[in-house]
Amino acid sequence: MTDVGEAITRVHRAEWARLVATLARRFSDLDVAEEMAAEAFATAVERWPVDGVPPNPGGWLTTTAHRKAVDRLRREVKREEKHQEALMLADVPEPLGAIDDDRLRLVFTCCHPALAMEVRVALTLRMVGGLTVAEIARAFLVQEAAMSRRITRAKTKIKDARIPYRVPSREDLPGRVGGVLAVLYLIFNEGYLSSDPDKEAVRGELTAEAIRLTRLVRELMPADGEVAGLLALMLLTEARRTARVSASGELVVLGEQDRGSWDRALIAEGHALVRARLRSGQPPGRYQILAAINAVHTDARDVRDTDWSQVVALYDQLVRLDPSPIVRLNRAIAVAELDGPQVALAQVDGLPLEGYHAFHATRADLLRRLGRGEQARAAYDRAIELAGNTAETAYLRRRRDQLPGR
Amino acid sequence: MAQYLVSVLFDSDALATDEEMAAIDVFNDRLQADGHWVFAAGLASPDSATVIDGRGGEPVFTDGPFLESKEHVAGLWIIEADDLDVALRLAAQGSKACNRRVEVRPLLSA
Repeated sequence: MTDVGEAITRVHRAEWARLVATLARRFSDLDVAEEMAAEAFATAVERWPVDGVPPNPGGWLTTTAHRKAVDRLRREVKREEKHQEALMLADVPEPLGAIDDDRLRLVFTCCHPALAMEVRVALTLRMVGGLTVAEIARAFLVQEAAMSRRITRAKTKIKDARIPYRVPSREDLPGRVGGVLAVLYLIFNEGYLSSDPDKEAVRGELTAEAIRLTRLVRELMPADGEVAGLLALMLLTEARRTARVSASGELVVLGEQDRGSWDRALIAEGHALVRARLRSGQPPGRYQILAAINAVHTDARDVRDTDWSQVVALYDQLVRLDPSPIVRLNRAIAVAELDGPQVALAQVDGLPLEGYHAFHATRADLLRRLGRGEQARAAYDRAIELAGNTAETAYLRRRRDQLPGR
Repeated sequence: MAQYLVSVLFDSDALATDEEMAAIDVFNDRLQADGHWVFAAGLASPDSATVIDGRGGEPVFTDGPFLESKEHVAGLWIIEADDLDVALRLAAQGSKACNRRVEVRPLLSA
């Protein structure tokens, strides 16, 4: 990639959400905000290689998008007088991105309870995360055209039903946060294990953005245990990010990671959050339990020191809150360390996760450890077929090719 | 200010009880006092509906509701609210008052 290309990628990462959020506030229209943000970036792709990267790329993009939005509204005004008001609003100059939580406002609008959960997630990933419709479609295993319709319908509903563009009132806030946390966790996971074979395996900008937004939500709701739990979970996961992919671009599983390269500062911060939640004496929600599981892992300087019975006990607690097959799959992975692969395999087999790559990767690993090479090979094949992440695919291929026989 | 249709959804022909009517009256009074009130009405049973198609030469009358469904609209409010958050809060109070589920739908602005 050229220097300018890299600069555009970098600026997109840093400025997309801010740009959309600022435009949305100014024009009271998410559709206009998204389209003009996208057009501004398209113009950057055209102009910057010729004119050079401007000294203040964010300001340049905001000005460009703003000008395009005003032009568009002017054209619409010629057709419909009722947009006159919007145009007058748009002409009032405002400081750019002056309000710290413009992006948080955008998050709450995208996560409004009047929108279906899948819609909230898609909208937040597009508007705040800056993912393309294709990437979001892939993350949710739906066709790109269907995902595009989903996002368009959501924007129409926000406009027609007047879903407000603001952080909810104090009385509404607790109920609204759960939906926001689910969305942030999804963004984090998409960064942590990108599902796109054309993308880097681990996208630090997405995990960093998810952490940044979660910190913001925590500032707003310091007493909420699940907000703290999610932040701790993200920090303890993020701490292992660089150890997670080898120099050759291959996924390194938890047990084989160089624990010396884990980020001790992030781990300390995550542990402190988990301890504070334990001291609160309040029953933990799912994020707090997941954070506690990750605290156990990051507590062990060597994988052999891992307190697996504690991990399984925490998963038992989680299963009581959320008995979904994916939770049970993860519990079984811990059970394999405590009670052996045979016991774990019995729990994994029969889970209705035929289309989920991690199900097959887990089975493959258990079968390999049990010396059932041919069955392991078939499971690896299926996992490789389903996995989109490049590092994970590389890891699975090596494991498969190292199987004895054939 | 936008207007919203709040439809009361119900799955039987039973009329509101005295208790429900009293709660609805209290809710209506508050809507009026707070400036959210536009209109409200209860509807007779869907069995009393007639569908009319006047698009051709002679209007065609069909006995019964347009759609056979488990739930029907048993009543409605039209309310005025700044945004959907306000409308949803009012609709939740209305749902509690009439003891039925409600659906909120924005009216197209003029």
